[in-house]
Amino acid sequence: MSDSTPMDYKAVPDQRGHFGPYGGRFVSETLMDALEELESLYKRLSTDPDFQAEFDRDLAHYVGRPSPLYLAERLTTKAGGAQIYLKREDLNHTGAHKVNNTIGQALLAKHMGKPRVIAETGAGQHGVATATVAARLGLKCQVYMGADDVQRQSLNVYRMKLLGAEVIPVTSGSKTLKDAMNEAMRDWVTNVDDTFYIIGTVAGPHPYPQLVRDFQCVIGREARAQCLEQAGRLPDALVACVGGGSNAIGLFHPFLEDADVAMYGVEAGGRGLETGQHAAPLSAGRPGVLHGNRTYLMEDEAGQIIETHSVSAGLDYPGVGPEHSWLKDIGRVSYVNATDDEALAAFRELTRIEGIMPALESAHAVAYAVKLAATMRPDQIIIVNLSGRGDKDIHTVAGIDGISI
Amino acid sequence: MSRIQQCFESLRAEGRKALIPYVTAGDPNPEMTLPLMHALVKAGANIIELGIPFSDPMADGPVIQQAMERALLHNVSLSQVLDMVRAFRETDQTTPVVLMGYLNPVERMGYERFAQQAADAGVDGVLTVDLPPEEADEVIGFFKQHGLDCIFLLSPTTTLDRARIICERASGYVYYVSLKGVTGSSALDVTDVATKLDRLRTVTDLPIGVGFGIRDGESAAAVGQVADGVVVGSVLVSKIATYAEQPEQAREAISVIIRSMRAAMDR
Repeated sequence: MSDSTPMDYKAVPDQRGHFGPYGGRFVSETLMDALEELESLYKRLSTDPDFQAEFDRDLAHYVGRPSPLYLAERLTTKAGGAQIYLKREDLNHTGAHKVNNTIGQALLAKHMGKPRVIAETGAGQHGVATATVAARLGLKCQVYMGADDVQRQSLNVYRMKLLGAEVIPVTSGSKTLKDAMNEAMRDWVTNVDDTFYIIGTVAGPHPYPQLVRDFQCVIGREARAQCLEQAGRLPDALVACVGGGSNAIGLFHPFLEDADVAMYGVEAGGRGLETGQHAAPLSAGRPGVLHGNRTYLMEDEAGQIIETHSVSAGLDYPGVGPEHSWLKDIGRVSYVNATDDEALAAFRELTRIEGIMPALESAHAVAYAVKLAATMRPDQIIIVNLSGRGDKDIHTVAGIDGISI
Repeated sequence: MSRIQQCFESLRAEGRKALIPYVTAGDPNPEMTLPLMHALVKAGANIIELGIPFSDPMADGPVIQQAMERALLHNVSLSQVLDMVRAFRETDQTTPVVLMGYLNPVERMGYERFAQQAADAGVDGVLTVDLPPEEADEVIGFFKQHGLDCIFLLSPTTTLDRARIICERASGYVYYVSLKGVTGSSALDVTDVATKLDRLRTVTDLPIGVGFGIRDGESAAAVGQVADGVVVGSVLVSKIATYAEQPEQAREAISVIIRSMRAAMDR
């Protein structure tokens, strides 16, 4: 790769929000003005040192950054190959990487003078992170959540309520994350004057995929510096789970120009790709348009979005951020998958041998990293993004074990 | 001259306004749609907007979401919607039919193939709610090539500069969304609509249809005073929900609404 023309990763998205053929702005006319306003504000603030200083200050003193980069020695021994480092996003305030982005978007809402924020959530992590920043800034907050997810993530639902947010169960369609996003879009189009829509992932209409990426890039910038400091060199591979893909893009993006760093995005293989019951659009989908952007989707022959399955609510989404679609097509990132069973096994293993309970989403990345490490040499390094902690999933895992708690 | 243009011109000559009902194709089942389209014309409709069912109708309120869910229970696809239009054209060659929906089913069929097949079936115009003009260049090219009008939305948040860009790319008519919200919303402010339409008319000569929030003869007539066309959807679709098992009653209930709107608009 080193002798080919270097790809200019900073040139995407283009002025209109396109990552190659992906991304863009596919929304109804009523939202266009709000998106243009957000775009121009963000263009100004993203180069404004005061805004950046305010963001960095919040990340340090409210979120608790930098998050550690931790060498998981027993996991490494068990895998029997490359050294596995965990980027501990699970140690952030609220327990996941999501808060990096909600801090950033809440600051944008504050600059725009919007008194109300809305969000969609799957596992509830983004909803909690949004409710948290709303509580801190005194903003009214409503969170849309698929009715099925409200069931399987009851702990996070109650956390949001304690934080003063209203959780609105969405009963249309498949009652999961995609339907929550539809409903949030409907709310936004109705209340666009006073409401800021805090999108939780690197999808949606331009400029969301760009600004969410920028806010999450703190993960990769820290990991890069920490790896250089601790190991004296760059990692050989990065591994992160991909639902919408915000934790993955946050880790990957600052390394894109490091041609020798391989990258693996791990999609939810559900009950196995061959069963059709999964949430792996990059592995088994095709390009289409949903939720404001063109990207790989899970759809049928007629262009209807099909229902997805994953044991982890946060990955249970039929689309993916448009930048991932582009990174797949140009071959910079490999997109692979881990099944429900593999993720559950990784959840148990990491808990037992490292004392770290990962979110089921992050467990997909751990599962793949262990397999990958076994194919690599002991002097090589893998960084896994441990995007969230697993407390929220204890009910799900207990249920699978047949235990009611 | 396109069928849509012709429709607006002859109405203008008579001093009347276009009544444009929306129904979702295949709701509550595929057999319902063709007789319903004819019933709409008989009751006084001038243009029919036929909704293409989509699994994720982001811009629609609950009434039309549920209509799409009912249609999708029968797996009504875009090709079947085109078949319905083809069947309609066997006995009605004058009433324009506009397909309204979301981009993904069209994209899946392929823009060129869709444009060709839609034109063959007798479709006159297409309104894709999640396709703003910025992303529409390729599609518009195929639509023009096959004589399909490209209908765009304008909203209360559309600036005059944007309206100019949109209207340059539109043909047939433009559709002004009377309020911020999803389909089936209630509060329509006719005075505000009138002010907005006055401004829009400074940038376009295209006929302007107005929709969202029109529920009865009174609101249809009020909007008809200021617009060239009156679009009505959710109030009709809710009758289909009420009479999902009784197609004749559904048609009659819808015809009653259309007739009363027609009468109020022509008064």
